[in-house]
Amino acid sequence: MTHLPDTVTKPTTSNHTLIWYGLGLIALLAAPFLFYPVFLVKLLCFALFACAFNLLLGSCGLLSFGHAAFFGAAGYVAGHAAKEWGLPFELAILCGTASAAVLGFLFGYVSVRRSGLQFAMITLALAQLIYFLAWQLPFTHAEDGLSAIPRGKVLGLFDLDNIMVLYYTTAAIFLFGFIAMHRMTNSTFGQLLRAIRDNEPRAISLGYEVNRYKLMAFVLSATFAGLAGSTKAIALKIAALTDVHWATSGSVILMTLLGGLGTLLGPVVGAGVVQAIEDHLSSLPADFAVFGLFRLPPITAIIGAIFIICILLFRRGIVGEIQHWLDRRSGK
Amino acid sequence: MSMQALFGQLLVGLINGSFYAMLSLGLAIIFGLLGIVNIAQGAFYMLGGFVTWMLLNYAGIGYFWSLLLVPIIVGLIGAAIEKTLLKKIYNLDHMYGLLLTFGIMMFIQGMFVHFFATAGRPYTVPSALTGGYNLGFMFLPKYRGWVVLASLVLCLVTWYAIEKTSIGRTLRAATENPTLTRAFGVNVPALMTIGFGIGVALAGAAGVLAAPIYPVSPLMGAELIITVFAVVVVGGMGSIMGAIVTSLMLGLLEGLTKVVYPQGSNMVIFVIMLIVLLVRPAGLFGRER
Repeated sequence: MTHLPDTVTKPTTSNHTLIWYGLGLIALLAAPFLFYPVFLVKLLCFALFACAFNLLLGSCGLLSFGHAAFFGAAGYVAGHAAKEWGLPFELAILCGTASAAVLGFLFGYVSVRRSGLQFAMITLALAQLIYFLAWQLPFTHAEDGLSAIPRGKVLGLFDLDNIMVLYYTTAAIFLFGFIAMHRMTNSTFGQLLRAIRDNEPRAISLGYEVNRYKLMAFVLSATFAGLAGSTKAIALKIAALTDVHWATSGSVILMTLLGGLGTLLGPVVGAGVVQAIEDHLSSLPADFAVFGLFRLPPITAIIGAIFIICILLFRRGIVGEIQHWLDRRSGK
Repeated sequence: MSMQALFGQLLVGLINGSFYAMLSLGLAIIFGLLGIVNIAQGAFYMLGGFVTWMLLNYAGIGYFWSLLLVPIIVGLIGAAIEKTLLKKIYNLDHMYGLLLTFGIMMFIQGMFVHFFATAGRPYTVPSALTGGYNLGFMFLPKYRGWVVLASLVLCLVTWYAIEKTSIGRTLRAATENPTLTRAFGVNVPALMTIGFGIGVALAGAAGVLAAPIYPVSPLMGAELIITVFAVVVVGGMGSIMGAIVTSLMLGLLEGLTKVVYPQGSNMVIFVIMLIVLLVRPAGLFGRER
């Protein structure tokens, strides 16, 4: 992966880092007073999902085309645990996340041995297998999906049906995942992953068992995708086939790419933009026409167009381009 | 279980297998020349089906003319896309090719949903190919036999053209070593455009053959291409004959599963892929790099 933007390899060690963290935290705390909280909850789940995807592609150079499998399957398991087994919120999330980890191990075991494009094709095909399973297994209820999943109470005390409790719980889960992944990326483990990405033969010659590290990264990425999927299923009370569909795998790729591959905040920004577009489009009346002249094409066409524009015009993504511009201005 | 049902499903399997073969063949040509896994191949298959339908309904052009015209039209559209979009990313990581064609696929599919909605449109079997033969153990509809025959011939002609003719030799030379081929005075960029056009035209031809069997719908190619990916992984990249043989084998296996265990029929190819990856990671006909 020689063509990734070089911002990837540079950990941000600016003096202003703490200030940015503080601002981010304030934004996270204040957001529900400015925007519709349920939208934010959905956004945070997808942002966490995109961060998990970025963990694999950004630091490991592995393009997974099947991450919806972990996101969706974890959602089904968490939903089933909460609804049918009556497990409390925390345990349901844990069940979902654990199932994604197991699935990630199975997928990773067969796929990390192949590299590059084959890896992408294999993950896409494996995710399709999960999609067909979700069609046919009894507990996923095929086209209907799992609906009316009870949210329960956090720590048995705070009712999640209160929208503010729901938001801050989701925000806490997001923050936990975000910081954990950030720490991992900047640890020795993260350095090693980047070394493998940039020069695999060299890493092998240094005595590292490359495939084991790739598998670890894959499982971790799947686990966090599962955490996002479980949280989303319970927060929005629904787990459905769209969550395991290949289009969801595609849209998480777009979020990461659009925001900035391998950047810290890129996936979050990308998730925000894509979610805002989807939310805006679905809120338009059915007979809406631009300037009263033509109907807007469906969301798939718009996402496809953004994909094309993003790859041809700004491959670094929104955050990546800003970072690049700042770096150039400060003469680095 | 009746013999009729068994052979009927095997025939359907063979037909699906020939579609897999045409799509994976195109995929292999494009990957060899451009280093791009063209995920939009399914969209070009859909385009083939739709152009066939449009030619009949808007211009009154029938099936057999479509069989000739549609691959040319789809190939030209492909060449135009290669010239304008794909050309810009050749010097980047291969990953971007996959992502760009993914965007192209979503755009084409989305625009067709926009203008034609998702409902399937029927296309009647041409009168010369209606009816069928009673083979004793089964009834063979003429059209279905024709599809298997036509796609086999098309695949073999492509194979022959690539492996045995001088154009094919140049094509293979450009695949192996584009820089050196260029030094011999071959116009490699033009060859890449042609190669992409041919690869995509094969998908378009599959779309024409499919139109009278499966309803023409904007969504007809999206799921197919994922299955074709699995087929390609099973066969292993690199061998053209391998791709054809694997496609037909997996198609037949899928048909067989439909008789024995119907619930598993859409999963069987993916399960086979899983097993092959565990036992022989490079694929059945692939070479370990």
